[in-house]
Amino acid sequence: MYDIAIIGAGVIGASIARELSRYKLKVALIEKENDVSMGTTKANSAIIHAGYDALPNTNKGKFNALGNAMFDDLCKELDVPFKRVGSYVLAFSHEEVRTLEELLQRGIDNQIPNMAIVDREELLKREPNLNPEVVAGLYAPTAGIIGPWELTIALAENAVDNGVDLLLNHEVLAIDKKVHFNIETNQGLIEAKLVINCAGVYADQIHNMIAKESFKISAWKGQYYLLDKMTKPLLTSIMFQCPTEKGKGVLVLPTVHGNTLIGPDSELFDDKDDVETDSQNLEFIKDKAYKTVVDLPMNRVITSFAGLRAKPSNHDFIIEETEVKDFIDVAGIESPGLSSAPAIALYVKDMVLDKMHVEEKSDFNPIRKAVPHFMDLSDEDKKTLIAKDARYGRIICRCELITEGEIIDAIKRPLGATTVDGVKRRVRPGMGRCQGGFCGSKVMEIISRELKKDIKSIVKDKNKSYIITGETKEVH
Amino acid sequence: MKHYQLVVVGGGPAGLAAAIEARKNGVEDILVIERDKELGGILQQCIHNGFGLQMFKEELTGPEYAERYIVKLEELDIPYKVDTMVVDITEEKIISYMSEKEGFVTISASAIVLAMGCRERTRGAVNISGSRPSGVYNAGMAQLLINTEGFNIGKKVIILGSGDIGLIMARRLTLEGAEVVGVLARGGYAAGLARNVVQCLDDFDIPLMLRKTIIKINGKERVESVVVVDMDDKKQPIPGSEQTIECDTVLFSVGLIPENELSEKAHIKLDNRTKGPIVDDTMATDVDGIFACGNVVHVHDIVDYVSFESEKAGRSAANYIQGKRGQSKTKVFTKPGKGIGYIVPQEIQLVHDEKTVEIFMRVRSQANGVKFVVKLGNDVIREVKKNHVTPSEMEKVVIASKVLEGTDQPLSVEVVEVSNE
Repeated sequence: MYDIAIIGAGVIGASIARELSRYKLKVALIEKENDVSMGTTKANSAIIHAGYDALPNTNKGKFNALGNAMFDDLCKELDVPFKRVGSYVLAFSHEEVRTLEELLQRGIDNQIPNMAIVDREELLKREPNLNPEVVAGLYAPTAGIIGPWELTIALAENAVDNGVDLLLNHEVLAIDKKVHFNIETNQGLIEAKLVINCAGVYADQIHNMIAKESFKISAWKGQYYLLDKMTKPLLTSIMFQCPTEKGKGVLVLPTVHGNTLIGPDSELFDDKDDVETDSQNLEFIKDKAYKTVVDLPMNRVITSFAGLRAKPSNHDFIIEETEVKDFIDVAGIESPGLSSAPAIALYVKDMVLDKMHVEEKSDFNPIRKAVPHFMDLSDEDKKTLIAKDARYGRIICRCELITEGEIIDAIKRPLGATTVDGVKRRVRPGMGRCQGGFCGSKVMEIISRELKKDIKSIVKDKNKSYIITGETKEVH
Repeated sequence: MKHYQLVVVGGGPAGLAAAIEARKNGVEDILVIERDKELGGILQQCIHNGFGLQMFKEELTGPEYAERYIVKLEELDIPYKVDTMVVDITEEKIISYMSEKEGFVTISASAIVLAMGCRERTRGAVNISGSRPSGVYNAGMAQLLINTEGFNIGKKVIILGSGDIGLIMARRLTLEGAEVVGVLARGGYAAGLARNVVQCLDDFDIPLMLRKTIIKINGKERVESVVVVDMDDKKQPIPGSEQTIECDTVLFSVGLIPENELSEKAHIKLDNRTKGPIVDDTMATDVDGIFACGNVVHVHDIVDYVSFESEKAGRSAANYIQGKRGQSKTKVFTKPGKGIGYIVPQEIQLVHDEKTVEIFMRVRSQANGVKFVVKLGNDVIREVKKNHVTPSEMEKVVIASKVLEGTDQPLSVEVVEVSNE
């Protein structure tokens, strides 16, 4: 019997799990896929928003502002890549400058620090690659860029280190309650006193398994282009265009790894499993992006992808207990969900502590170390690692210069990678310009060897994404 | 820090030929550095034959061709390291490399020959939308998995790209029991060598689908189908011509790109057209003492020419090391004219006493009954009639060095139609 069962190991579920792991609680983090961070957390803009955009007196407004401030400490504890690069909303006309002024006021109302409207001359001095037709920009210095799956993996690793049970490949099929909750999964029954629903685009389905339908989650797809790293970075800060009714507009921004990300658009999709890109949508994004950077080097595109936002029917985060006691929804966490995650976790922790009066663990360990990026280490540290394991001397991923030692670490540590994309998300082989063309087969070999699994059974990402169909010259 | 007279980056056909030729020309102290577990480069996975017709007058498989050079390298006792990756090169010819055996090491060289070869253009770079399931491969990666690792990668395969790699893989997949539903070409003709179309597609009844391309890949976790569309004369998709073709595997053979991260680190100037270093007629880059040869300079279609070119680089590196590199006798830049995609070398200096200069180029499109018009400035210095030219076959024009001496006029080549003369 668990005290708490959290359904969904995206950034929200993992954040809550880690927060609850500070306390003397038995916690299960339940995830239907074979890894954490497989839903919306896998494909988004990777931005920690400053928090001026959300309306004051909403959950979004409240949690974004609180959450944003927590990222420096959090990412230091968890060893997650995060940079406060600042953001600009660009105005290309005097009308749009009025929009900037409205947003500035909203920022003041939300108590977002140090925002300012920057004029064209100063803006172009700071960001010389911007469209010279820009008129002004609304600067928010506290905005940042992060690795969303790195964050989620770190949160989950730290939660597990502090006693949380991570149950991967467990799909929730039904929930009922007598005295406690009985959660029926495809791998057996899980019992818990309290359930926290963090199921992303499926949060309404999970809610409806036990409670009366009270909200709908619709999946709004956003598509992106990713550009190769360049010797001279295109932009330093995040660039927004003036918001329209459809959302924040098309962004052009650096990623925390040094790539350039372009997108997203916003379109409602019926199929909550569908993360396909569409050439028309991609064209639309490209055309809009040219407004921000006139000679956007689209010949440096290395990949495009899509993610789904969990849009709630009431337009705000749903963080509340249902009419079924001890079943808490944390649903509709669309943008600024990632930015709000640490603050949401604190709030939910308080909800839990109100109900379950438990003590903090004396041995909670807040520190988690990532797999070190070998090439970033000092020469001394490089030598130390190689002395420990000579396989840090063999480069597997040429594009990102990732060593075999790092890949082995990513596989062997708790919550280790078991798939090609699992390795990719933890230590980056496959993220570079060759998109796994050089390293893919080597990564498979390493996974097979380290996990003592037949190489033919290694999958790319989800469980049915088989790579190899058999051996050559096999007799059937 | 250990010092070598010559360091060769890459132990494929280009690096091997350069190292051997440098030794034959008197360079004692050479090191070849290769990132793979064995020497031979991409030839190791090219188990089909057709290599060596020019160089050896024999028809060899890729590994056999490579072996000729590996054996020679070992006969000459030229040191090499495998499973070792060069991670940095500076303008001062300081090289950093890494391996399991040695860790992180820095060395210096009097001269360097860059022979890193090329990589494949990816699906992401050609913007095909849809899902990102497993079962999508670059042809070269598929070739590695099948030929070197011994795995089958799919049962029903569609191949985008009718270049040589795509054609060769169509045959290989068929021989290993897969069904190849077709090889797609965007234009009106296959991009690869004519003999490969015959020996790989025609001989195996594999459909060559012209003027078609893939616009979407479907499949939640593994490829399930692709959407194919017809292309018009301007290589634009024709709306309404979409067709869904069932398959479980998609192979991309959509171009090769010289792999020049290291060249960029050494601040070597690259040619926008070739994506390789700008080189002169001795295969020297614009950084003193650094030479380049093979696919890293421009993508070749026949490895024999890689070897000839790399011998030149090896000789030049030897001359440089021995202080025998002469003064420039000219400053001619080559300029691709109408119909020409690129020309290598980009610069002619005549520092050595070669009697002739060979220039290599590719045309932009297929044509019959044309001539190459070679001009120095505005003066026509050569005309070469060609019955048939195609982008997939590299062309060579030989020019007498004397004609190019003591000038700074540009050398241009253009393709001109021959009207029934």
